[in-house]
Amino acid sequence: MARSIKKGPYVEESLLRKIQVLNETNEKRVFKTWSRRSTITPDFVGHTIAVHNGNKFIPVYITENMVGHKLGEFAPTRLFRGHSGRTPSDKKAG
Amino acid sequence: MARIAGVDLPREKRIEIALTYIFGVGLSTSQRILDETAISGDTRVRDLSDAEVARLRQSIERGVKVEGALRTEVAMHIKRLMDIGSYRGMRHRRGLPVRGQRTHTNARTKKGPRRAIAGKKKVMKK
Repeated sequence: MARSIKKGPYVEESLLRKIQVLNETNEKRVFKTWSRRSTITPDFVGHTIAVHNGNKFIPVYITENMVGHKLGEFAPTRLFRGHSGRTPSDKKAG
Repeated sequence: MARIAGVDLPREKRIEIALTYIFGVGLSTSQRILDETAISGDTRVRDLSDAEVARLRQSIERGVKVEGALRTEVAMHIKRLMDIGSYRGMRHRRGLPVRGQRTHTNARTKKGPRRAIAGKKKVMKK
């Protein structure tokens, strides 16, 4: 179920503060966050955020199209290398 | 013959149902259109007058996005997801279910027919 509109989009307090500081000082700096659950708001556009995927931080450059999505959507948590016994040439054929 | 939004409507069906043959018009949209144009949903398509067909055509043109335009819109939404590099876009690209369904079994609608896996033995039945 979608989140109630009354509450507005969810953004981690600390993340929002950080973005606001960067916006005020007109600074662009990559910074780390673990808050995959935060919604991307228009304030984020143009920044690069390193989003944790459980293992390392994936740098995500925020564009206008991404507004309304969550940060976690852009840092995949699973690594699929293909099934055993299947060579890359098999993959192309099948 | 009633041709609306580039689709031939089946002649023998009730107009309420016939309108749902248009991509983008389901039963509730169909009923709303008929309400607007003051046509009974029980009329058979072959019994519609030309004026009524014209009214329907106009109402649909004004009120609903159908067929090609709608398909383009949906395709654009999917393309957007793929372009921004989101998880959902990646699932679309790989042809896997997008909304968190299991893929261990099932998911055949998205994945298509089963592909044989080399070296996998079939289990014998006794």
